[in-house]
Amino acid sequence: MKQITFTLNGRKRQWDIAPDETLIDLLRRQGLTGTKRGCDTGMCGSCAVIIDGRAVNACIYYAFQVDGRTVETIEGVGDFDRPHPLQTALADAGAVQCGFCTPGFIMTAKALLDRKPNAEDADFRQHLDGNLCRCTGYVKIEQAIRSCSTAAEGGAQ
Amino acid sequence: MSKREFKVVNKPLRKIDAMSLALGKPAYVGDFKPADALVIKMLGSPHAHARIKSIDISAAEAMPGVHAVLYYGNVPRIVHTTAGQGYPEPSPYDTFMFDSKMRFVGDRVAAVAAESNKIALAALKAIQVEYEVLEPVFRIQDAMQDGAPVIHDEPEAKAVIPVPYDAKRNMAAKVDMEIGDLEKGLAAADVTVDVPFYNHYAQHCPVEPHVSMAWVDREDRIIITTSTQVPFHCRRIVAQTLDVPVQRIRVIKPRIGGGFGAKQEIVLEDVVAMMALRTRRPVYWEYTREEEFVASRTRHPMLMRIRMGAKRDGTITAIGLDATSNTGWNGSQGLTVVCNSGSKMLPLYRCENIHFLGMAVYTNLPAGGAYRGYGATQAAFAFESAMDEIAEKIGMDPLQFRSMNHIRKGETSPVFRALGEGREGVDQAITSCELARCIKAGAKEIGWRKRKPHTAKKGRYRRGIGMACLMQGSAIPEIDMGAASMKMNEDGSFNLLMGATDLGTGSDTVLAQIAAEQLGTTLDKIIVYSSDTDMTPFDVGAYASSTTYLSGQAVLNVAQKVRKQILKVGADMLDCKASELGIEDAKVIRKNGESVTFSEIALYSMYASNQFQIGDMSSKIVHHSPPPFAAHFADVEVDTYTGRVRVVKYVAAADCGTPIHPRLAEGQVEGAVMNGICYALTEEYLFNDKGRMTNGNFGDYKLYTVSDLPEMKTILVPSYEKTGPYGAKSIAEIGINGPLPAIANAIYNACGVRLRTGPFTAEKVWRSLQAGGEIPFEEGH
Ligand code: FES
Ligand code: FES
Repeated sequence: MKQITFTLNGRKRQWDIAPDETLIDLLRRQGLTGTKRGCDTGMCGSCAVIIDGRAVNACIYYAFQVDGRTVETIEGVGDFDRPHPLQTALADAGAVQCGFCTPGFIMTAKALLDRKPNAEDADFRQHLDGNLCRCTGYVKIEQAIRSCSTAAEGGAQ
Repeated sequence: MSKREFKVVNKPLRKIDAMSLALGKPAYVGDFKPADALVIKMLGSPHAHARIKSIDISAAEAMPGVHAVLYYGNVPRIVHTTAGQGYPEPSPYDTFMFDSKMRFVGDRVAAVAAESNKIALAALKAIQVEYEVLEPVFRIQDAMQDGAPVIHDEPEAKAVIPVPYDAKRNMAAKVDMEIGDLEKGLAAADVTVDVPFYNHYAQHCPVEPHVSMAWVDREDRIIITTSTQVPFHCRRIVAQTLDVPVQRIRVIKPRIGGGFGAKQEIVLEDVVAMMALRTRRPVYWEYTREEEFVASRTRHPMLMRIRMGAKRDGTITAIGLDATSNTGWNGSQGLTVVCNSGSKMLPLYRCENIHFLGMAVYTNLPAGGAYRGYGATQAAFAFESAMDEIAEKIGMDPLQFRSMNHIRKGETSPVFRALGEGREGVDQAITSCELARCIKAGAKEIGWRKRKPHTAKKGRYRRGIGMACLMQGSAIPEIDMGAASMKMNEDGSFNLLMGATDLGTGSDTVLAQIAAEQLGTTLDKIIVYSSDTDMTPFDVGAYASSTTYLSGQAVLNVAQKVRKQILKVGADMLDCKASELGIEDAKVIRKNGESVTFSEIALYSMYASNQFQIGDMSSKIVHHSPPPFAAHFADVEVDTYTGRVRVVKYVAAADCGTPIHPRLAEGQVEGAVMNGICYALTEEYLFNDKGRMTNGNFGDYKLYTVSDLPEMKTILVPSYEKTGPYGAKSIAEIGINGPLPAIANAIYNACGVRLRTGPFTAEKVWRSLQAGGEIPFEEGH
């Protein structure tokens, strides 16, 4: 066991970890189950979290690597009384079918929009290339996420 | 029931669970894993065909942290099917919880339950197994040869309904049907085709893999929480497999991370239940992605031969379809999938001479199962490709050829009666069909009028347009049953409890809309709970495109009953006859304007006088299976230097009756079409010569992402299906059937290359171009 200190969704945390524990295992063990496991090999994006502003797949990231850093998970993004615009947009667009991929899409898109609020189609296509969704065919996901960019027609939030 | 203005139905309201899921709230099986749960890991067979000569689990059992090891020597040996179907199942009984015979690479050898993943994996390594390796068989054609290795040589293997079954010849199912006389029809034709097709292996790839957990409660009951499309079949089959009474088992289905048919199957639940009994601890088993590919279920690969004849005026005189599926190591859904290859495509065009021969053949490869489209996908590829080939031979525009032949409202097809799901079907006339308008709208959107033959195209990049027409069904008539119960609460809200199984499709929302519409209230007043075998009434589950049409009727019916009770209490309160009352905006209103709110009614019924619980239950079977129809169009670009195919635009026009929730209905089409496009262009299983899958991960098995998205256009062409709830029929499956034939036809239109096996890789297209249009046909994987 080893102890790490990091910021999780705005709060300082000191947690014991196993040296070979992955970040997704740590998060889920601590009850933060919004980060989903679709492949465990870094190929589906459903476990995306934001570390120091960048979207990262938590299943191929060791827990010890977040020592001293800032981590954001879906649990920190919004709640019923204050959903993030991405969450509202996806819910309203019919872009949440089974919803298993949704937190990963939100984290990936949020990392992009936090850095580049006026992200354009090409940015989304490039950044979301690692996120799989088998239910929606991406049409409504793309529309919803695009509408959250200040570059979107009438969609600036 | 006639067409009318709706208040809740046909409106794109927010899906009721969309926000909680977008917030990442605990919802799926894995989110409820108890901290003290043991994890299960399975040792998979390294051989495609083998017998265990000896197995020693003692070292694994003795490891600290290991709580139980299961193998064929210490569990009941009860033959069953893993197919989650109605009882008695049309699938053969050919599976045991564990067996000493291995039938595919990855077959269950032994399972370990341990304190951690790491310990479980180490324990698997400690299990000593000695195998007698047997000759495997991988291809349909080889498995059917005399003297081929017999995969199910155990004496228990049997069919439990009266259908042909011959395990000694690797034949898992067979169906043969003739209407009129095929040979006569072919002789009467001016032109004929006789062509082969092959549909390849593919997996559903739900982003949430199969996952189940179980524990034993204080009353000694086994509580299973599982990612399933069929909670009630699951309960029955687990009870059978463990030899315990059904009443000792409770199956809870929380949110599901996608299924597409893969979860219409008992894949993990027998083992988690057995482990819970053995260890008396909560146990948890989640498939890895590789296991999901190999050891869950797949689309049945199918070898097809299609014969078709037509007169020069476009009359179709004969259709013969031979479909043989590779059902892999077990026969799950083998019979019914292949039946659907006939029953869901053959009625589409008028023809008097039809022959259908369907077979399912065992091999030592992964097992087929239910997969969205369910045999119709395979048939649509062969059938709709051959339609284009015939049209070309008679010199007719393929769109016109389809338009003049397709079935219409008021018509029937002898196929409906002749071919059901493992037994005779049910006669029906088509009560709604807007296929003609689908064709028209789709053709306009894709620009069909500007389409030129491939001979007019030159240059490196060539564009082509292709189309396909499709039909499916809505539930299995006279077999499937759905039920719902409802009760009213004192604030005027309602609990709606259903066995219907929302696996991400949005059926909870759609069914709640139906209830709200009937009750005259808003969607937010319906509290949905689905599905839990202790709490909700029975439903066959989410398959056969049944939920909106079938479970929707049960919900509509229970809401009608509850509505009557509300009116009766309202009449009491307003001191008048119920016939003087109407319902609007959650109020009972008298003609003179007096009214009482739902909340007042509920409070009155609970506390004032003649108290009773406003509520009821209803169950429904259906007598029809009204087909949804669709016309699909693909615009592709072929790079003739490399053979690479790019879909530029895809148009899907579909008639699903009244779309109860238009946005979710579109989402069903878009998701299915995208899945179909990947299947047509990239998805495939690669096996080595020992039958081991070599690309069971998302790096080597390519699914499309946002960046691959072509321009997609979905057009819902409404009709009104009078037998369905508020005019609805199904939409979930049909969309996946279009891309294979529409893209194949578009590739032909672009560059004159006819592809008969998927996926349409650059290599196949390029080789076909070099060969002048076609490469020799081969059964693939
Ligand atoms: S679970 Fe991490 S990328 Fe798939
Ligand atoms: S909504 Fe199911 S995987 Fe995306």
